[in-house]
Amino acid sequence: MSDHAQTSRQKQDFEQTLESSDSSVAQFEHKQRNLFDSVQHFLHGNPTMVPIIVLVFSIVIFGFVAGAKFFSPFNLSLIMQQVSVIGILAAAQSLVILTAGIDLSVGAIMVLMSVIMGQLAITLGVPAPLAIAIGCVGGIAAGAMNGFLVTRIKLPPFIVTLGTWNIFFALNLWLSGAQSIRSQTLDEIAPLLKFFGESIAFGGARITYGSILMLVVFGVLWYILNHTSWGRHVYAIGDDKEAAELSGIRTNRTLIMVYGLAGLVCGIAAWASIGRVGSVSPQSFQEANLQSITAVVIGGISLFGGRGSIIGPLIGALIVGVFNSGLRLAGVDVLWQVFAIGWLTIIAVAIDQWIRKVSA
Amino acid sequence: MSNDQKPVLKARGIVKRYGRVTALDHADFDLYPGEVLAVIGDNGAGKSSLIKALSGAISVDEGTIELDGKPIGFTSPMEAREAGIETVYQNLALSPALSIADNMFMGRELRRKGFMGKYFGALDHAEMQRLARKKLSDLGLMTIQNINQAVETLSGGQRQGVAVARAAAFGSRVVIMDEPTAALGVKESRRVLDLIADVKSRGMPIVLISHNMPHVFEVADRIHVHRLGKRLCTINPDDYSMSDAVAFMTGAKEAPGMDDAA
Repeated sequence: MSDHAQTSRQKQDFEQTLESSDSSVAQFEHKQRNLFDSVQHFLHGNPTMVPIIVLVFSIVIFGFVAGAKFFSPFNLSLIMQQVSVIGILAAAQSLVILTAGIDLSVGAIMVLMSVIMGQLAITLGVPAPLAIAIGCVGGIAAGAMNGFLVTRIKLPPFIVTLGTWNIFFALNLWLSGAQSIRSQTLDEIAPLLKFFGESIAFGGARITYGSILMLVVFGVLWYILNHTSWGRHVYAIGDDKEAAELSGIRTNRTLIMVYGLAGLVCGIAAWASIGRVGSVSPQSFQEANLQSITAVVIGGISLFGGRGSIIGPLIGALIVGVFNSGLRLAGVDVLWQVFAIGWLTIIAVAIDQWIRKVSA
Repeated sequence: MSNDQKPVLKARGIVKRYGRVTALDHADFDLYPGEVLAVIGDNGAGKSSLIKALSGAISVDEGTIELDGKPIGFTSPMEAREAGIETVYQNLALSPALSIADNMFMGRELRRKGFMGKYFGALDHAEMQRLARKKLSDLGLMTIQNINQAVETLSGGQRQGVAVARAAAFGSRVVIMDEPTAALGVKESRRVLDLIADVKSRGMPIVLISHNMPHVFEVADRIHVHRLGKRLCTINPDDYSMSDAVAFMTGAKEAPGMDDAA
């Protein structure tokens, strides 16, 4: 190796200037933070704290406004029941939004798969467990189709899922003949389809299996996202797809799997929805797509991808449930529930934007 | 630079065409063990294509590339990485919202030993954090206090440090750095140049692509001048001035006899 002893060649002006320049190594300064910065940094590191704080505050406030009725075990377990289906859909939606995508078709996949489960079990006499399994596999196929169109045909997720939302809705009406399958029919032929509507009585609370299923789905997804390489890749892709690609991640393959997994969760939600509604209704959950996005956004997951915890949307769904329940118990007109959720969504995104601006 | 050593990375007559544009026109390349080789060239001279060919991001139309004397034909950056060639890209290829530890192990995460790791793919976060911290302190970068801090909360120089540490930690044969100081201020550039010297002192050969002549002349052992899609010459920075190098690069001055061309 050649050593860098001074050589005889003449130095040029700009090189001589360089000699006298500061050659000390960069120091990383610790600048004073004010309270505002500290809060911003704390929230940046703990993105789920905002929804948790909102949830706690709303429970306290509605407890005061609506009185003891609100805190009854029955009412609290009812909130869990009411949010269970949207909660599970929000889990599916979160996966896609974490990759900086959006899935407008989650509700349509769910209703289509519930119709497929119902028609197979009731009209065609397929054993209920098989009908449920086919519905879940159908969910994977529907999701993977979204993923294929997004990654291979390179269409924006918004457009792809707007299209498939309509396609799945039309298929649902065609397969069901726009007819519901009644509760009694389900009880006679395939009671298993209504499994998640059953509940355990616990004090005054009625905890449905559907509520427990929601918690299990979130728990499993939390594990996958935080404790497997695949989960870390999902975050990396949402953060910066090109960087993820250069780091050696097969981004398109992972993305198709994300949409497929979201589809599977929609299939599971389909089973839960039959239990929740008590029948198979092709007209149910028409606004589920948008409600799932609301829960995700209130839960602090960034629509720009790569940021937020999967636990956030669970809290987000519960916040919506608490608002609806509290306002109803307080005797407020239902339109103000919608009004309040609208503002909550906007505020949640504003907070996300502010947190994202954090600097060192 | 002694010529009796065998090159670690060697390319002969590589050609890359994009439609009617020939980006690499029978280019040669040699990197010897333990050296810092700077690659300079005017915009459009084919530096990027050369580096992409060496790091597996593109495959060449003609010619051979050899690593330790064995011919290689990478079809993806992943294959080059597995062969021990690490690249620090100009955009760093870091995920800003993820932690330093997550970024260092992106794409090659460590699993826990035992049942959970084997059947449930459980990651060994503790071990990855420990190793990430060790790699950063090896390079004197432990002013970064919190290994779980998001990369976007770091300064430009610190981010560069993370990217260099990642390459140094996993690169077993060659580290390629594409414009590592281009986006940095004076002080932070200083830090990165020290990092390059550090990595070199551990015996790792480095390919440095840079437009910054003072930086090139400070750290390079040899300078590969790329012009019109091929290697024009290789010069020793002690024998020529910066303006000479720029003159060769732009064609304003006749190239010297290639001192180690094959």
